[in-house]
Amino acid sequence: MLRFILTRLGLVIPTFLGITFLTFLLIRLVPGDPIEVRVGERGIAPERLAELRREMGLDQPLWQQFLDYVGNVLSGDLGTSLVTRNSVLSEFATLFPATLELAFCAMLFSVLIGLPAGVLAAVKRGSWFDHGVMGLSLTGYSMPIFWWGLLLILFFSVQLGLTPVSGRLDLLYYIEPVTGFMLIDTLLVGETDAFWSALRHLILPTIVLGTIPLAVVARMTRSAMLEVLSEDYIRTARAKGLPQRRVIGLHALRNALIPVVTVIGLQVGTLLGGAILTETIFSWPGVGKWLIESINRRDYPALQGGVLLIATAVIAVNLIVDLLYGVFNPRIRHAR
Amino acid sequence: MALLDIRNLSVAFTTRAGTFRAVDGIDLSVEEGEVLGIVGESGSGKSVTSLALMGLLPPGSRVTADRLNFAGTDLLSLSPAQRRRVVGKDIAMVFQEPMSSLNPCFTVGFQLGETLKVHEGLSGRALRRRCIELLEQVGIPDPESRLSAFPHQLSGGMSQRVMIAIAVACNPRLLIADEPTTALDVTIQRQILDLLVGLQRDRGMGLILITHDMGVVAETAQRAVVMYAGQVAETRPVEALFTRPRHPYTGALLDALPERALGKRRLPTIPGVVPGIMDRPEGCVFNPRCRFAAARCRSERPALFEVDEGLARCFYPLPDVPLPDGILPGGLHTRGMGQASGEGLGEGAAR
Repeated sequence: MLRFILTRLGLVIPTFLGITFLTFLLIRLVPGDPIEVRVGERGIAPERLAELRREMGLDQPLWQQFLDYVGNVLSGDLGTSLVTRNSVLSEFATLFPATLELAFCAMLFSVLIGLPAGVLAAVKRGSWFDHGVMGLSLTGYSMPIFWWGLLLILFFSVQLGLTPVSGRLDLLYYIEPVTGFMLIDTLLVGETDAFWSALRHLILPTIVLGTIPLAVVARMTRSAMLEVLSEDYIRTARAKGLPQRRVIGLHALRNALIPVVTVIGLQVGTLLGGAILTETIFSWPGVGKWLIESINRRDYPALQGGVLLIATAVIAVNLIVDLLYGVFNPRIRHAR
Repeated sequence: MALLDIRNLSVAFTTRAGTFRAVDGIDLSVEEGEVLGIVGESGSGKSVTSLALMGLLPPGSRVTADRLNFAGTDLLSLSPAQRRRVVGKDIAMVFQEPMSSLNPCFTVGFQLGETLKVHEGLSGRALRRRCIELLEQVGIPDPESRLSAFPHQLSGGMSQRVMIAIAVACNPRLLIADEPTTALDVTIQRQILDLLVGLQRDRGMGLILITHDMGVVAETAQRAVVMYAGQVAETRPVEALFTRPRHPYTGALLDALPERALGKRRLPTIPGVVPGIMDRPEGCVFNPRCRFAAARCRSERPALFEVDEGLARCFYPLPDVPLPDGILPGGLHTRGMGQASGEGLGEGAAR
């Protein structure tokens, strides 16, 4: 078990190096550096420009900049934002809970709906329900996130006025962050009104972000269930005279969950990636929106650090999923 | 009254290409405490018959019967919930593949206890005690620690013992064993068979033993049904069936037993294969492979005719002559109606 974790951690090193290198290079391929972007059309004296560049270390050759950066990261320093002058790590830490809350709700949404829908579709294979679920999930999977988000805003917020258009909380409230999760913090200070406000703000972003994982979970559950339902042990369960819901909900689902859990784990990456678009659409004050702003301002350290930290989160979640795998699959548990 | 009484059972599968009969008008009966052997090649409808009886056929299959009585109850008239109260309790089944028949995600104790919980409402310590007792009865060493074992930690033989323990947990009146030893090592086959017969004798339950091994039937069953292409070819007491087979198919199956072909250069076989459910021949279903087939066999479907002590589905049954062991039943006589009397089964296979 320990060996397994160590091997997995060993594999993380090249992943990190690759990510660092790519973000470092790609953001510098975008025309304009942080200073030019800030100065805009006003222009700046060449001497001042050179001075600022030297200050930010941008006058060094690229390879030197890269080595410096990697060296700093290895000693635990992700640098400071060129725009806000705050440490990248602390900026990330304040914004990440918002992203996490949204991603968690989206995951919950996709699993709570996708899992039962997939199971039912498999049990009622070939029925209208099955075709409906599969058709909808294909549509959901193919839907561009930004378009889907705008569509929902138009209908629910603009036409019906049911949900807020953007943000995490009505401006009426101010909640001191404790956990960073708005739903929890509002309840901690006993502000039920603020809680409902936070919840209403979450609805549309959750649906938008959860649509693709929902489609994936539903399809995966259905196909895993179909495979499991034709197994001999399901026939055995039926031959024991067990009630249908026990055969499906316990004997079949338990086995079908094994591949589904893996897929859910992989979706975490999609969620954090999708958060970038969703947060931008809904002005959600999370890491995704921050990354987009960092790109626009050519805030190199913020972008590089943010991508690296998100990658860390995705890798960590995948490792946890791999470890959880043993909980769901006794064969793996004993093999290790 | 027979424990199990089936009249004219048919099972049809509907696919996109049409409707096909896998089982075609079968009569079957098992007395209380009787061992009935069902033999036949793959595709003869043995398993489908038992799955129909258990109500385990997949959707898309249609089961019809004039009578499907178990202990006086018509199984076809029961609702699915009512039927589940019979299945697993009074009728139980052991399958061919023990390794894949146990759920890999649950322990032996859970899977065994579940049956007792659902049908007999046992729980807690009483349940655990009963589980240990059952594992002991099926010859599993150290049953207490086996309760927490997962199926992948068991060998094939052990898995089948667990399957048998699950099947007999609620003291069924009828146990169906569908090729229970086919997937096991030869040395284990014997043990599992002895276990089944022992349990049957001790509990006085009816046992349907489905197999393609004639030797197994000869040793364990009192009566045997020979199935071919979804029909009953011959049904008679084992003693009579083995010494004086009346259906040419039974005769050919017996000829194919290695112990009956001592001294021959080649083991006799039956040429061809069982026709699939989509291409059943006209007339007698066995006629393309029967060395005695006549014109009538190719055009008309034979009914089950009474022969001594049983029934055989053949216009021209083999003569009622006891055969000394080791002699081909077909080699004892020649028939005017046969295709070519000189063409034996062995030569057919040699071609």
